[in-house]
Parts: sequence; structure tokens; C-alpha cells
Amino acid sequence: MAKFKGTVVVNTERCKGCELCVVACPSNVLAMSAQANTKGYNYVYMQNESDCIGCAACGRVCPDGCLTIYRAKL
Amino acid sequence: MNNDIIKPENLVYTKTPVLNDNPMHYCPGCSHGVVHKLIAEVIEEMGIQEKTIGVAPVGCAVFAYNYLEIDWEQAAHGRAPALATAVKRLWPDRYVFTYQGDGDLAAIGTAETIHACNRGENITIIFINNGIYGMTGGQMAPTTLEGMKTATCPYGRNTAINGYPLNITKLVAELEGTRYVTRQSVHTVAAVQKAKKAIRKAFENSMEGKGTSFVEIVSTCNSGWKMSPAKSNEWMVENMFKAYPIGDLKDK
Repeated sequence: MAKFKGTVVVNTERCKGCELCVVACPSNVLAMSAQANTKGYNYVYMQNESDCIGCAACGRVCPDGCLTIYRAKL
Repeated sequence: MNNDIIKPENLVYTKTPVLNDNPMHYCPGCSHGVVHKLIAEVIEEMGIQEKTIGVAPVGCAVFAYNYLEIDWEQAAHGRAPALATAVKRLWPDRYVFTYQGDGDLAAIGTAETIHACNRGENITIIFINNGIYGMTGGQMAPTTLEGMKTATCPYGRNTAINGYPLNITKLVAELEGTRYVTRQSVHTVAAVQKAKKAIRKAFENSMEGKGTSFVEIVSTCNSGWKMSPAKSNEWMVENMFKAYPIGDLKDK
């Protein structure tokens, strides 16, 4: 059981759908949305929200700084 | 969305305000974005936003001045170290850095790079090495690997015709004027953190008057390499790291 609970807020308009965060996530939380933003990119979203530990790996590898990560102790 | 934990006290990571909200023109997954972000984070952590002057190159990063909220100059192709020399000599209390790609730094700007490093100018040089000319359509660069396919060597780089990949970082490490020469990458979280530390160290060195700091970032160009961003990172680890191994080349 994870000791931390995290969440990722995605700036969907800034996301270019490169999927680097999906690869970097150690808990397989993120996935690409079927919806696209106004530029036509499929943006990232939290598929397995309950598995997020708020480690911010996704945010650090994001080339466009689209992700804001919050973490709270359980 | 766990709205109950979205509170300022639980914030772990967000985009630094030094990197502004303009959408970056880089392709999805481009390493330039990560390096821009790292420079912005270092500037924010050191509290030197008002004291930093960047020199933008010609190449994909020519518009770097649109994204980082600091003072910028935009140099002619390859001449960023020459311009940075002037800026640093006129403003010795400013943190001056150049941000250049391989076409800018290792091809047309070879002379400026080597002489600025040899003079030991107290500047930071950030060198993005992806082995290709990204902006102009994926042509062969001096750093293109042997056998690597580009628009101008579609059958792979042939050393009999095109010469050998130029390891310019190793070259500048030999010069007396350089103080800190390192090669990093930004393909994983650990690599990103190390690259950030290297950039911070280079910025700090530039104020101590002991020579040039040179930070190479081995990067991907997924559009030029014609791969997905994730696949490009794998290809970089398999191929680029053999020719350009990660680590410090000089630290004195």
C-alpha cells in the first residue's frame, strides 16, 4: 500500500501528446486521452488515478512543463 | 481527479514562472523543452532572473528568447560564444550563457567555440547534441554518427566521404581555458536531475572567473530521426551514448 497519494493536473492546451510522461511514470498511472486539444494533440490524462504516488517523474521529463503534481500523506 | 489534495501545501512540482506561458514551437517530445525548463528552474532556484543574459543560436532554439523570461541576445549563426564574450566582458556581474545546437556550435561556430573556450571566457555554454540539423529538415551534422541516416546521407554516414563524427566536447576539454566540461542527457528522471545539477554548477562557475563551463546535453530529434519520442530515447541510449558517453570530462 502506497504511503502517499498523488494527483497530476494536466495543462491540456499546452500538452503536445509526446507520451514521455507515460513512459516515465513508475506506477503506470498516465495514458493518452482519446480527446484532442485545439491544436489536435491527444493530451495525457490519469487513467489509474488511485495508483499515483505523486513522485513527479512525469513532470520532470515533460518537455513543455504541462504537468503540476500534488502529493499528500495517507 | 483527487481534488481534496490539490492544495498549495501539497504542491510537489509545477512549471517555473521563469519559463513563460508561450506555447513552445518545438516538436512534441523534443529535448529542447526539457533543457529550457532546466535552465529556467536553475535560474529560479539561484534567484538570478534579473542578472542572467542568454545568447540564442540559429537553429531550432533561435526562438528561445520567447520562452525564458530573462534578457536575451540572438547571435548570428555560430557566433554565440563571441557575442557572449562581449556581453560578459561588458557586464562582468551578469550570468551569461549561450544555448547552441550541434550545427551552430560544432559546424559553422567551431572557431568561435574553440577560441572562446581557449580564452577561458567566464561564460556557460549549453550544447544540445542530437546529431542532426533539426530546423532545416534533418541534414547531416558534424556530430552525426557513423552509419546514421539523414536527409543528406540517406544510406548512412560514410566516413570515407563524410568524415568522422566530431566529438567537440572532448576537444574543448583539452583546452586550458575550460574549467568544467560535462556531458549529460535528459531521457530519464535521474538524467534530468543530473543535467540540472550540471547546469547549476556551470552557472555558479561562471561567476568565479576560472574559465569556461561547457555542458553538452546528448539529445533526441524525433522528427529528424523519424521515430516516436519514446523510441528516440531508446535509440539515443543504444547508439548516441556509445559515441558520446555520459559523464564529466573535466572538472578543475
